[in-house]
Amino acid sequence: MQILIKGARVLDPGNIDEKKDLLIQDKVIAAILDPSDTLSGKDLAQVQVVDATGMIVVPGLIDMHVHLREPGHEYKETIESGLKAAAKGGFTAVCSMPNTRPVNDNSQVTSFIISQGKKARAAKVYPAGAISQGSSGVSLAEIFDMQQSGIRAVTDDGLPVDNSQLMRRSLEYCKGLDIPVFVHAEDKSLADGGSMNEGPFATFWGLKGIPNAAESIMVVRDIALCELTGAAVHFCHMSTIESIEAIRQAKKRGVNVTCETAPHYFTLNDGAVIDYDTNFKINPPLRSEQDRCAIIEGLVDGTIDVIASDHAPHSVDEKDLEFDRAAFGIVGLETSLALSLKLVQDKFLSLSDLVEKMSKAPARMLKIDNGIKPGNPADLTVIDLESCYEIDPAAFVSKSRNTPFAGRKVTGEAFLTMVDGRIVYQRNH
Amino acid sequence: MRFEKKDLLDIHSLDVNEITMILDTAQGMKEISERPVKKVPTLRGKTIILFFQEPSTRTKLSFEIAAKRLSADTVSIAKSSSSIVKGETLIDTARNLEAMKPDVIVLRHSSSGGAHVIAKRVGCSVINAGDGIHAHPSQALLDMMSIREKKGSLKGLNISIVGDISHSRVARSDIIGFSKMGAIVSVCAPHTMIPNGIETLGCRVAKNMDACVEGADVIMMLRIQKERQGNILFPSEREYASLYGLNSARVKLAQKDVIVMHPGPMNRGVEISSEVADSPCSMILDQVTNGVALRMALFYILAGGSRHADSD
Repeated sequence: MQILIKGARVLDPGNIDEKKDLLIQDKVIAAILDPSDTLSGKDLAQVQVVDATGMIVVPGLIDMHVHLREPGHEYKETIESGLKAAAKGGFTAVCSMPNTRPVNDNSQVTSFIISQGKKARAAKVYPAGAISQGSSGVSLAEIFDMQQSGIRAVTDDGLPVDNSQLMRRSLEYCKGLDIPVFVHAEDKSLADGGSMNEGPFATFWGLKGIPNAAESIMVVRDIALCELTGAAVHFCHMSTIESIEAIRQAKKRGVNVTCETAPHYFTLNDGAVIDYDTNFKINPPLRSEQDRCAIIEGLVDGTIDVIASDHAPHSVDEKDLEFDRAAFGIVGLETSLALSLKLVQDKFLSLSDLVEKMSKAPARMLKIDNGIKPGNPADLTVIDLESCYEIDPAAFVSKSRNTPFAGRKVTGEAFLTMVDGRIVYQRNH
Repeated sequence: MRFEKKDLLDIHSLDVNEITMILDTAQGMKEISERPVKKVPTLRGKTIILFFQEPSTRTKLSFEIAAKRLSADTVSIAKSSSSIVKGETLIDTARNLEAMKPDVIVLRHSSSGGAHVIAKRVGCSVINAGDGIHAHPSQALLDMMSIREKKGSLKGLNISIVGDISHSRVARSDIIGFSKMGAIVSVCAPHTMIPNGIETLGCRVAKNMDACVEGADVIMMLRIQKERQGNILFPSEREYASLYGLNSARVKLAQKDVIVMHPGPMNRGVEISSEVADSPCSMILDQVTNGVALRMALFYILAGGSRHADSD
């Protein structure tokens, strides 16, 4: 079976940006054809043609920060439902965080996740393993063993590594294994049980605030440890102006750091937290307008390498509570692309920049070759840049609905997602 | 004028006319408590549930007496005797209470927004009797009533609020209410107890205690919450008292006719000296008396027929 994606602009930054037709065969990109190259009638009979006129085809988008919840919290999300949500959101692969139950701190859990991922027949999953056993921040997990089973990164995400010495040693250890360390930057003693950004809005609502410094103080620490060890450090879900500035300066000095932000941090500020709506409760919290602008600036000048959703599904039972008792986190797989395309519509980023941050950069960090080249796996996303619609949580494929973006008008979405030459999602209208 | 709202959740959502209407109604209610038979039939057949999830003596009793003086039936439940201890969520508990058809639920809850969360889910009226560190509207209203009684109006008054502003729902509601009614509010505390952006609620932060009370028409002292201590907000009650305690010397810096208030319970010798607390300028017990009238007014306005309040 062959598939021909016809009529689209093919955009693979640094490689190709032209109107081309893509011929897919046996899981791989078989040929990149000029639109004038007509296949003969005999060939066409065996080819499934996808009309992508007016759309763009990009190397499969990769969301390098998602919580799939399985094993342990299948009522929030399963690997299958999460990977199908990813496919619908235009992602051909995700990196799953290890804070499952049990924690992905050993190769058995890693193998389980990968095997469940294959069964899902949707997006691919590249698991991240825990840095420390049980993510409890005491002793190193068997990182090499997990790497043999398929992890592409390590992190104790959800929790910081409080102990600086453990962080130092894990960076040194991971450097030897050539595996990146994803940092959840949070000083828990400063966050102090807070539930939204510290500032006038938290004061108004009487909610305990989390100051910017709770994040940036750990960013600064781990930049220092990165300089000390020379390991590859990647900062997750950056939300503050101070963190971005610290990373900007570190990069100028040539320190081996990268970072990501999530769409909610450049879309919303803490003024959006209204009437104790827990769909706006996230960690790190929605920050001030100044921070939101700094995040956009960081994306524009390249300080922020990656956009990842921090997809964090929770059930109604964990969200329909008093604000300070509700769980942190929002789903993002099915809204990330549209919210990020707004940066292009607002002329902050070019389409190439966006593809870089949502596909190419994550691919490099996770050591995936997703270039649009003959012979490469056909992991592709076809994006309709024109379609206008309202975000409707009821239509989510994810098992959870905890989004602050319900009813928001957006433009652009995945039209088709292809993984290993197989169409895992196609819009049916 | 009609009071259109179903609930009383905070001061922020009230406008000046609504506040004035509540205060006028409360003033009219006050006389009932002076009668030999302190009961009117206004809310006969109405059911009021007092749901207090945090310890409270004054506020709970005040609501209960207010309801009884209007002939409403009251039922009290506390956290320890509610199904919350069995793991039931606040929303489920509230829905169950509503299923028993009360007219008003009065909720005291440890989480900010607790009353907002249930008000959205139940059809009956909800009165917030204190939610976390967010709001305590009936306290702010009785404070306004007490000030108005003594000073005629809040307009142009200099009001100082001293104490743990960070953890005080009374402070937040007072600041918003007083400034809404035209007073000039300044606050003062160790900077560990001044929350980020408090000015946006309608006050300024004074440099120190003396500057804060100088020329004040009203001084509102807040309780130092011993149960929240054992931590790092200030080193000792002794040091707190010398920096932020209200004593006679500091009262002298204020206007001659200054009134001193405190929402209670007081820590004598810490935030307020006994000498001041028991002096003629102290309105602390008048606040308690007015609290009953004010809460009668709230019940009357929210549960009295068509939410219509003629203050005759």
